Amino acid sequence: MTNKKTIYDKIWDSHIVSANEDGTTIIYIDRHLVHEVTSPQAFEGLRLSGRKVRRPESTLATADHNVPTKDREKGIADPDSKLQVETLEKNAKENDITYLPMSDKRQGIVHIVGPEQGFTQPGMTIVCGDSHTSTHGAFGALAWGIGTSEVEHTLATQTLIQTKAKNMCIKILGNVIPGVTAKDIVLAIIKKIGTAGGTGYVIEYTGEAIRNLSIEGRMTVCNMSIEAGARAGLISPDEKTFEYLKGRPMAPAEKDFDAAVKYWKSLATDDGADYDETVEIDAGEIIPQITWGTSPEDVVSIDGFVPDPKNETNPDKKKSIERSLDYMGLKANTPVNQIKVDKVFIGSCTNGRIEDLRAVAVIAKGRKVADTVHAMIVPGSGLVKEQAEKEGLDKIFIEAGFDWRDPGCSMCLAMNADKLKPQERCASTSNRNFEGRQGRGGRTHLMSPQMAAAAAITGTLTDFRDL
Amino acid sequence: MEKFNKLNGHAIPLPIMNVDTDMIIPKQFLKTIKRTGLGQFLFFELRYDQNDKEISSFALNQDQYKGASILIAGKNFGCGSSREHAPWSISDYGIKCIIAPSYADIFYNNCFKNGILPIILDEKIVTKLQEASENTLNFSIDLEKQTISFVENNEQKEISFDIDAAKKNCLLEGLDDIALTLNKVSAINDFEDGQEKHTPWLYGNKI
Ligand code: SF4
Repeated sequence: MTNKKTIYDKIWDSHIVSANEDGTTIIYIDRHLVHEVTSPQAFEGLRLSGRKVRRPESTLATADHNVPTKDREKGIADPDSKLQVETLEKNAKENDITYLPMSDKRQGIVHIVGPEQGFTQPGMTIVCGDSHTSTHGAFGALAWGIGTSEVEHTLATQTLIQTKAKNMCIKILGNVIPGVTAKDIVLAIIKKIGTAGGTGYVIEYTGEAIRNLSIEGRMTVCNMSIEAGARAGLISPDEKTFEYLKGRPMAPAEKDFDAAVKYWKSLATDDGADYDETVEIDAGEIIPQITWGTSPEDVVSIDGFVPDPKNETNPDKKKSIERSLDYMGLKANTPVNQIKVDKVFIGSCTNGRIEDLRAVAVIAKGRKVADTVHAMIVPGSGLVKEQAEKEGLDKIFIEAGFDWRDPGCSMCLAMNADKLKPQERCASTSNRNFEGRQGRGGRTHLMSPQMAAAAAITGTLTDFRDL
Repeated sequence: MEKFNKLNGHAIPLPIMNVDTDMIIPKQFLKTIKRTGLGQFLFFELRYDQNDKEISSFALNQDQYKGASILIAGKNFGCGSSREHAPWSISDYGIKCIIAPSYADIFYNNCFKNGILPIILDEKIVTKLQEASENTLNFSIDLEKQTISFVENNEQKEISFDIDAAKKNCLLEGLDDIALTLNKVSAINDFEDGQEKHTPWLYGNKI
């Protein structure tokens, strides 16, 4: 046994409240993000059992899944959505939890708001009733999604009952070629290990290509850890992490900041620490990636082809390819760069940050969205929106014919009014291409913001480097 | 939470891999602020066509499976979102036990919080059980003994399964996790005191 530890081991060990007789562990939770969809039943549970929120100041709430991204001043039209958002507001108020309402420019997708406010910090345990909580792992935090029962457990006790996962290292060797983004890296990872490849693991992403990513790019990678089946994904913090956090409203200030940085530096995985599993991927082999099917592992390079079920020997996989092709309305062996799209969605907690929008603006500038396409851009938060407008990106988007909207989850999951119609095909920067995810019968292709922007311009899935 | 011990009933075969939580319960039904009443929307888009008419080829719409309390599913069942609406809708429909080769992590945990037993068995055995379930056999599940038994072609069959001891106990006793944790509140207090000394910036600092 070595005493060298991974960052996951270190965070786990420093959050053990008590080891239970049955082999489970009570783990302390430092930060809790709350949104409107997975929390009402948790607050109701507290009320029914006469329990209180243990540490309101460690919790931050905002509405994102249900909020409209147009004509906000008119309020929420759908009565159920409205009730859910109002319920969150009421619950937050009654329990003294900070709540960012739709009218606050800091409102946005929880996983964008947390980092933006400096609420997310290295070494923390962070949970949220949302599977993409893994996003916060980009800071070297241990962050994972939980169900509503666990939301209630966290509110009442500031802890969770857990069993430790195994350590997996995904190492991206070398650096990517220009034009290959964080999204392409993570899609290539999921293609390699599959949607169940990370089950039972916490993934640590390492290697030169990961180090070279900006903090925002790292969030994109960690975000989709859940699509690889992992409980969480994280990246050891470094100078970029500290630089990002400096001066954020909820980050430690002044003297505290120096002390925090000292502590944060101690978190990185020790040289020579053991992983239960290591996967290596050659960065140089990755080119822009897209999905063709209805599972995030259905990934193909933009110069590739829709797969042919005839070539699949595993009968279950064969059936699943046939089912996906049928749902997606695609023929086997079609070159993917000939697939036409009707809609483009740029946004979500995977790719709704300012760097994503800047990358889209580079492509949109001086070009026009194809007549056959409706392309929307939904910033991840009010602050992202404000920053984009300060830089004049909104003008470039509007000029090019994009639909520039207000922040929220929007067509990532189509719980508000932004939806695909049956059979509509969408180039999307979000994280899930499940059947019906973006609207019943809708067909989703996942890709990077640059690729989605190029699809908007040409009306066809296109290698943006060829524009 | 209700205790789980023995279960007797028919099983519904669902031989699809990677069934995600959007398939189990689509998002238009997540706008509720209650836990109950979601069974009617279980597998909504597989169950009903775009005019809300039943799709007769889907197992849940077939008379022989009405009232079944077991679901025999494919690999990586319950992947996708963390929504507990998925187990709520399953349980509200009347399914108390799922058998599959593997589950997504969050969904698997959510089952135990809602009195649903998710059994993991080898893929080949799951396929056999799916075939057996098409003959509307009666399956008996005994959590205490960790067995599934049924009679097929006049032959008594028994399959045993593994399950984590803590999770088993939680179902058998119908335990309330929060109450159990609150019994250890002094350990939580001690932890916070220690953490506040070591990393004081984690305390205070409200926006
Ligand atoms: S943007 Fe999409 S994935 Fe992210 S929290 Fe919202 S619905 Fe979930």
